[in-house]
Amino acid sequence: MATIQFKLNGKPVALEVDEERMLLWILRTDLELTGVKYGCGEGLCGACTVLVNEEAVLSCQTPVKAVNGAEVVTVEGLAQNGKLHPIQQAFVYHDALQCGFCTPGLILKAYSFLAENPQPTQDEIIASMDDNLCRCGSHVRIVQAVQTAAKHMKEGKQG
Amino acid sequence: MKNEKYVKPPHPHPAISSQMTRREFLKRMGLLGGGIAVYVSVGDPSSWAQKPTDFNAFLRIGADGRVTCFTGKIEMGQGVITSLAQMLADELGVTLASVDMVMGDTLLCPYDRGTFGSLSTKYFGATLRQAAAEARAVLIQMAAEKLRVPPQQLNINNGQVIDSQNTNRSVPYAQLTEGKIIERDLKQSVSPLPASRHTISGKATGRIDARQKVTGEARFSGDIRLPGMMYAKILRPPAHDAILRSVNLEHAKKVSGVKVIRDGDLIATLHKYPDEAQKALDKIIVEWEQPEPKVDNRTIFDHLLHSAPPAEIITQNGNIETGRNLAAHTFESLYLNHYVAHAPMEPHTAVVQIEGQKATVWASTQTPFWAQQEVARKLGLAPRDVRVITPFVGGGFGGKTRNQQVIEAARLARLAGKPVQVAWTRKEEFFYDTFRPAAVIKVRSGLDRDHRIVYWDYDNYFAGSRSSEPFYDIANQRVAARGGWMGGGSQAHPFAVGAWRGPGSNSNVFAMESQIDIMAAAAGMDPLTFRLSHLTDKRMRIVLQAAAEKFGHRFAKAPTKRGFGMACTDYKGTYVATMAEVKVDEKSGVIGVQRVVCAQDTGEVINPDGVRLQIEGCIIMGLGYVLREEIRFRGGKIIDENFDTYELPRFSWLPKIETVLVDNPAIPPQGCGEPAITPMGAVIANAVYDAIGVRLYELPMTPARIKKAITKNSG
Repeated sequence: MATIQFKLNGKPVALEVDEERMLLWILRTDLELTGVKYGCGEGLCGACTVLVNEEAVLSCQTPVKAVNGAEVVTVEGLAQNGKLHPIQQAFVYHDALQCGFCTPGLILKAYSFLAENPQPTQDEIIASMDDNLCRCGSHVRIVQAVQTAAKHMKEGKQG
Repeated sequence: MKNEKYVKPPHPHPAISSQMTRREFLKRMGLLGGGIAVYVSVGDPSSWAQKPTDFNAFLRIGADGRVTCFTGKIEMGQGVITSLAQMLADELGVTLASVDMVMGDTLLCPYDRGTFGSLSTKYFGATLRQAAAEARAVLIQMAAEKLRVPPQQLNINNGQVIDSQNTNRSVPYAQLTEGKIIERDLKQSVSPLPASRHTISGKATGRIDARQKVTGEARFSGDIRLPGMMYAKILRPPAHDAILRSVNLEHAKKVSGVKVIRDGDLIATLHKYPDEAQKALDKIIVEWEQPEPKVDNRTIFDHLLHSAPPAEIITQNGNIETGRNLAAHTFESLYLNHYVAHAPMEPHTAVVQIEGQKATVWASTQTPFWAQQEVARKLGLAPRDVRVITPFVGGGFGGKTRNQQVIEAARLARLAGKPVQVAWTRKEEFFYDTFRPAAVIKVRSGLDRDHRIVYWDYDNYFAGSRSSEPFYDIANQRVAARGGWMGGGSQAHPFAVGAWRGPGSNSNVFAMESQIDIMAAAAGMDPLTFRLSHLTDKRMRIVLQAAAEKFGHRFAKAPTKRGFGMACTDYKGTYVATMAEVKVDEKSGVIGVQRVVCAQDTGEVINPDGVRLQIEGCIIMGLGYVLREEIRFRGGKIIDENFDTYELPRFSWLPKIETVLVDNPAIPPQGCGEPAITPMGAVIANAVYDAIGVRLYELPMTPARIKKAITKNSG
């Protein structure tokens, strides 16, 4: 057991845990943040994606010790005071989801990608999202949503 | 639809005790805070949303004016949470935002056989509209009494009944109901509004569950947390036919906080954290014995041909012998399709809590009412004391009908004396999936000198018969099926099989529409003209022409080296025509699908955006089984256990997708969750032939199979 401290959606947390346990399960069970999903357990589907220091990581492959001192953001932490983040808004606007199980992971993946590349081409979006699976087949809308979000985020920054 | 093998519920007659009596329902309404209860008896025996309850659809208008729809249907991504709400809002004259959906809760919702077969909008939607029409009539009746004007003088709008002679006089629904339970039976017939008067249906409407799903608020079964709940991990055999020889639980028991349960064949580790339960499970020392495998994914087709039960004639017209005598050219083909997995992103999950003689279940299931029966039977409880709640379901596609995980959680909850969650791993999901069955289809057909199809002789092994009846004008035809998509009672499949999005049809349309293209090429005709010359079905002609217009290229006798293909089908009343453009890299064998155009006539369209989303989903999911997806196995051992070897469609596969909704409001809304996936095999196979002059008879068309076919063709 070890003491692990990190910032979760802007608030500090401290846990006494087996530091080898995967972040996915710590988030879902110990911390009851269920927006992060188990899809494959082997880092092959992206449903468990969260942000660690603004970067998308697969929480099913990340031992909790790796986030000690870091800033972790889950999908629950994106909206501010009830106002959806532009990426979330764009997913709603484009109906870029069906069952919604892969959606939190996709949104966070897009967040991290747009932070790096605020004005991506369609091909760059497709390449960046390629490791995230969506079985319902909402891909067309998801690509559109990321494009729209990029546009709005850019405008937002300028304005 | 005739002769189809439907998915049967586990009991032919769900126990009577599961029916909600009117009194019980009123009691529950009381708990909910009153409202108007409208009872609807639906007499249409062809309806899938049939009894056993004597009233079928419920809606409630609360004291706050909000309208609640109670439906036994569940939301798994297909979007009925929105389309049903739209239908209700239109009929009742309220805004979409004032409708709440309660879905798949066996305590609150009327009995439903299950959510599958693209039936929710088509059948339950019709029932719901009728219920809402009757509620509207009741509200008008009540307002007439209150305002003392004849009911004919009253209109409804935005949750109010308004006097058309004096629009200042109106009464909101909420004031009529006043939070009380108002029970009305309407025996006189009231008709739902005609499509021309719908203002909410027919418009593109965003999903009403979208906000919950982008914020992480949407609850799936695995997100249920109960005090004292334990996560269970279950010991699984390495193969379906493996026999347990010895097991040692001692090391597992040493994991701190773990509870190890053994009950007959059920061995599980339980812990308050799922990963710790898994750690304990991994410490179990176990020896299995597996018999020598008799069949694998390469020998399966011969095996199926040898194991087939007797044929059932699906359709027969004219005389095959006569047709064969008329034929100038004959064609004989054998089409093969492999097992594929449903692979929903959410694996099967259930939570069960037992309190005294009552149980509450949260389950990712397409069949909550079957789950209720099964849990009741397993726990020895009365079905009415088992409440199944269906949170959002993370994809189903036909794969979440069996409820094995629900029974496991129920058994373990009883044994542990605590609430238990069972959430399958991806490996378990692949292992216990009810795969789409591998299938063989033999087609023999013939053309006369005038390029008319003179006979069609079709033998289907294990695909299931849906979409196997030709819709082309063929005088002499015979279609026979052996085994259904559930296996047809034979033990031919080495593991469980079942309905998979568009069951039966994916294999049948692949075979039928490939064979049509083969004949078109032999006749020296372009595939569109050839089809149209054999089609009197007007709806099919219209969708084909609509797709062709959008596609924009003239078809010519294949192969043209351009990589254009087409396929069409009538899926239970929804007409689909799909056209595609592909590029084939002959060196690597990789098919690149550039563009897919799909025209669909689904009758009246409730949510155009929802329909387009379903079509797009069908096309993308379809590319999976057409290009890559295939379950490999040896005997009862499933070789593909995760997404590293079992490849799902990805963003990088995305073709340009264009959808055309053929407006046909004269026909009530038909299903749209499945139809467009079914022509995907043929449209791509036909486009590949057009591109490189090589015909593929086996799905998926993997690079290895493409290369092999090219070699065979040139050799």
